[in-house]
Amino acid sequence: MYLKTLWSSIKFIVLSFLVLGLAYNLAVFGLGKLIMPGQAGGSLVSRNHKIIGSSLIGQNFTSAKYFQGRPSATLPAYNAAASTPSNYGPTNPLLIKEIKTNLQQVLKENPGISSSQVPPQLVESSASGLDPDISPQAAYLQVPRVAHLNHISKSVLMHYINNHITSRFLWVFGAPYVNVLSLNLEVAKLDHRIS
Amino acid sequence: MTWQGVLQIFVLLIIILPIGKLLSVYMYKFLDGGKKTFADRFFVPVEKKVYRFLGVNPDSEMSWTRYLFILLAVNFVGFVILTVLIALQPVLTWLNPAHMGRVPFWTNINTSISFVTNTNWQNYSGETTFSYLSQIWLTVEQFLSPVSGICIFLVVVRGFARSNSKTIGNFWRDFIRTTIWLVIPVAFISALVLIALGSPDNFSPYVVAHTLQGGKQIIAQGPVASMTSIMQFGDNGGAIFNANAAHPYLAPNAPSLLFQLILGMSVPVACVFLFGKMIKDKLQVKPIMAVMGILFILGAFLMYHYETAGNPALAAHGIHLASTKNYEGKESRFGVGTSTLFNNTTTAVSWGSVAAANDSMTPLGGLIPLFNMMTGEVIFGSWGVGMVGMLAYAVLTLFLAGLMVGRTPEYLGKKIESFEVKMAVLSMIIPSLAILVLSALSVAITSGQTGIFNHGPHGLTEVLYAFSSGVGNNGSAFGGLNAASPWYSATVGIAMLLGRYPMYIPLMAMGASLAKKQRIPVTAGTFPTHGILFTILLMGTVLVVGVLIFFPALALGPLAEQFAANAGKLFG
Repeated sequence: MYLKTLWSSIKFIVLSFLVLGLAYNLAVFGLGKLIMPGQAGGSLVSRNHKIIGSSLIGQNFTSAKYFQGRPSATLPAYNAAASTPSNYGPTNPLLIKEIKTNLQQVLKENPGISSSQVPPQLVESSASGLDPDISPQAAYLQVPRVAHLNHISKSVLMHYINNHITSRFLWVFGAPYVNVLSLNLEVAKLDHRIS
Repeated sequence: MTWQGVLQIFVLLIIILPIGKLLSVYMYKFLDGGKKTFADRFFVPVEKKVYRFLGVNPDSEMSWTRYLFILLAVNFVGFVILTVLIALQPVLTWLNPAHMGRVPFWTNINTSISFVTNTNWQNYSGETTFSYLSQIWLTVEQFLSPVSGICIFLVVVRGFARSNSKTIGNFWRDFIRTTIWLVIPVAFISALVLIALGSPDNFSPYVVAHTLQGGKQIIAQGPVASMTSIMQFGDNGGAIFNANAAHPYLAPNAPSLLFQLILGMSVPVACVFLFGKMIKDKLQVKPIMAVMGILFILGAFLMYHYETAGNPALAAHGIHLASTKNYEGKESRFGVGTSTLFNNTTTAVSWGSVAAANDSMTPLGGLIPLFNMMTGEVIFGSWGVGMVGMLAYAVLTLFLAGLMVGRTPEYLGKKIESFEVKMAVLSMIIPSLAILVLSALSVAITSGQTGIFNHGPHGLTEVLYAFSSGVGNNGSAFGGLNAASPWYSATVGIAMLLGRYPMYIPLMAMGASLAKKQRIPVTAGTFPTHGILFTILLMGTVLVVGVLIFFPALALGPLAEQFAANAGKLFG
């Protein structure tokens, strides 16, 4: 009786690997590709027929000309093939060092700003290392710099940001944010028109 | 703190309670109600074919030992086949465009135990370790392990529901019906919903992008939606990518994350209602739901509060930002409120997915998920076993109450005698002992100490968290710990096994023993178990067992760290 049970168990597990493993995953893949190819393919963004990234995955913007996103703890920053948070604990000296270094950088690149105006998310690293978004406040703070370096008017940028804020879902879930890549694509477009 | 951040806790509960209730009606129909569901037309023929293929009889009632033997056999065979398939990764090159090589031995063993026990502790990064094919093999156990939990639940609750019965149900019928009627359809539809909400699902090679600024970015791909769907619905929590639900591909926006919260909470909440249906006494649901609900709300609120108040070490080191909110290890689109709500939920429910990094929480903010797991994963808990753990607390509560008045306690018309109390206490001592002994060993020996990432009191919390997560079959982590080392792979592996089988087998024995007893009538001397007094006693028992056993360890970990952070003391 025990052997018979064991044999039934083996048959059951093999069946499970075929149905719940292969059939299930391949069916979702097939249907996804058929009805929602854009999302299923990774929400990739193309510019001049070249893939420049994914609208969902943050990119590393280091140039002061662009809006900058969250600090990233992946190696190198924004490595979308090895997501990770920093895992720094609250009493880890590396955390204090990270925040101080990032803060100095933000203050240097955005003259006229004091540290009490800097939202924490601009100096503290994200959970995935790939955060594609920043809060509207973090974007507003960078408007004078980006406008100046690209010879764009501040009001155009402010207008664009205000029109591209994703607000809370059902008024309570999540936090308002703007997508950094979409902001910078707009900057690149405007800059191109001027120069 | 914002009003939205507080209100969302209640909005989530308002959404989830009716869903859980409806689901319990459906589950009762296909499990024990003997009623037809709308889906029988499609599922009954499939079900019959499966029984015939397996050569089993779904109608023969089983003793609890026979039921348990098959449960263990299915778990064990699943473990062996999963281990072998993962070991074959270098040979099975299909669906492996990123050319993932051999999986280290310890990672393989630890991962296989982890997925079979519904823990989904991950001592690896998915996108740098596993081929798409291996990820597919992992989803199989993400389907099967929660269903094993439902089977444990059915045995224990039937113990209360039946009388003068030597049998406890049929394993194959329970397991296969739950899989076909519930898990497969919900997982399949939810996967498509997740794609609609933005998640990818493909088997393409990692995308090479030429970024706007002129850099190169390699973007990992994979069957994200199909794996995320079952990982959340089954309260597994083991994600395809290292960053788990914080990864923008797994949860691209708040609607997607909320949908995942609802998915993961639905069956644990349904199990509480299902308990009421099976014992045919809906009043008994109230105190249990109240205790779970209150602890859930308190945890979510406190965690949100501490993360908003932020890390006191920053001010002590002269850093004053626009707000005190702790954004280290959190994503912009979720904010502090929804991040903490998600992580509180996934530790209260033995689930383990995370939308923010627990290791980077403030000392007291990180204490909440740890506490949720230390109480034994009964604040809803995982599929079936959360409710079973709460029933063990109820038995212990009645035993304590009985001692006070010198009467043999009764619960749901059954006499609670020495065997039942012994089994309930055993199910609480085993996990507590495992957490404390394994943690003490780890901080005492070199191979344990070297795995610690953050030093000082936080290091102790990292270790405590790892074993609480393992024993609680939760799977979330203070991610800094080097869990891939042989020491932690082996010891957390042992913790996961202890927290599954030695913890719940005594409770199945308790259920079987109760089923044999006859029902005794309610008298004036019966302690009512649906009122406020019982609710308070039950809550007290959960807190006393959860807090007192661990208080010394928590004082040396999170509490000591909070004082240190206030003083600006760092540990390098």
